[in-house]
Amino acid sequence: MIPRHQTILFALLLVASLAMGAALWHLRERAHQRLLAGQDSAPTSAPAVAPADQAVLLVANDGDGSILTQLHSLPLPADPGARARAVLGKLLDLYAAPDAAHPVPGGASSVLQVFLLPAPEIAGAVPAAAKPTIADSRVVVNLSRDSRANTPVSSPQDAQQSGPLLAVVNLTSSFAANHPSGIETEMLTVLSICGTLHANLPRVTQVRFLVDGQQRATLAGHADLTRTYLAGNVVPSDRAHP
Amino acid sequence: MPVKLEIRSFPVAGNRGLYLWTFAALVVTGLASVPLAAQPAPPAPPSRFVVVLDAAHGGDDNGGRLANNQLEKSFTLALSVRLRSLLAARGIQVVTTRESDMTVEPDKRAEIANRADAQACLSLHATASGSGVYLFASSLAPAAPARFAAWKTAQAAWVTRSLKLEGVLNSALLQAGMSVTMSRTSVTAMDSMTCPAVAVEIAPEQKSGEETTGGLNDKDYQARVAAALAAALLEWRTDAGRTEGQQP
Repeated sequence: MIPRHQTILFALLLVASLAMGAALWHLRERAHQRLLAGQDSAPTSAPAVAPADQAVLLVANDGDGSILTQLHSLPLPADPGARARAVLGKLLDLYAAPDAAHPVPGGASSVLQVFLLPAPEIAGAVPAAAKPTIADSRVVVNLSRDSRANTPVSSPQDAQQSGPLLAVVNLTSSFAANHPSGIETEMLTVLSICGTLHANLPRVTQVRFLVDGQQRATLAGHADLTRTYLAGNVVPSDRAHP
Repeated sequence: MPVKLEIRSFPVAGNRGLYLWTFAALVVTGLASVPLAAQPAPPAPPSRFVVVLDAAHGGDDNGGRLANNQLEKSFTLALSVRLRSLLAARGIQVVTTRESDMTVEPDKRAEIANRADAQACLSLHATASGSGVYLFASSLAPAAPARFAAWKTAQAAWVTRSLKLEGVLNSALLQAGMSVTMSRTSVTAMDSMTCPAVAVEIAPEQKSGEETTGGLNDKDYQARVAAALAAALLEWRTDAGRTEGQQP
């Protein structure tokens, strides 16, 4: 004979199990609906309908290792992230052209996304002494990086509104795989991307790179993609010696 | 008032020799401590001068594809072997990061260089794009040497010396009639090295408006590059002799 209190306990446990199963099923359905709703509401404003605007592109040249400023009229979206992607798309289209001075296959479709995030604080920015002091006129670009770029920001909301931004550029793996290999050519690509972002979105002071959403050691065997690059230090050749 | 100098005789004749020897030793020590300003001696090379040659890529990592399907890893290894021979013939001790087609991780390369306690570290690369020779020092901002340095930014304390080495290499290559471009970059292995370090990237020797005068397969071009690098390192050894003890 089963005692009465054990029967009651068993019944309570059974009811609780059924209730938890129902709650889980309900939560699963809600998550599924939220996922579907998120896919429907993805903002995809076509750049073609945006008004034309002046974009500053820092275009690399393999011939003399320089980076020159070019102005292009482009339909640029108002959203900063989409704007950054459109500008980089145009830059990579120039590199994919048959007569490009810095030939890199891929074109605009090589930029999957550009995420803009509040930039981590950099205590003690790179001093001016870090810039090359050699008189050779071909030394025109400088690249500095900060090793403490993973410091959390104090107020993300404030930084998002007016503070410096970190741009995370997500490239396709095919772009990295087809990129010509070499320190100079890879650094020119990285520098021109960093400089172009800063020229069009001055609040972008730091740039990081992803390839297919993952961190990658190098672009094509040389340029380090695990670092945070300081975009403001890229000086185009035509402005290096005023 | 005249001073009277009194010389006493030593009571024990056996001690006289001992005092004389002590006096002679003092005289010799005093003479040795006097600087010979009249005839400045030429700067002697440092007692121990070691060069690290890092042939980039290798094993699974082919690097770039050069002309005629030559792989960057093969080119850098051949250049490393050639340069090692030139330096060894001049009495310079050379440490290489690889001697065959093998995979060496970037951290391992830096570890080899740091253990060698070298006075110069060259990371050798090649590319099919561009022209001439590219020299890269680390893009890290110079920092004061510390007892413990972060592994990924250990080169920061050596950047100033690396830039000087880059200048010496530039002069030697220009003297050899080559086109040289100097810049700064971020290369993983080099940024962890605790020695004056420069990445040397060799591109085909092309001159604007002219035909290609030296491809990467051109043995003469390779020999000229290696000879210029060896000459630069000899010059660097002389400089190191002058400034020994000032590192980093």
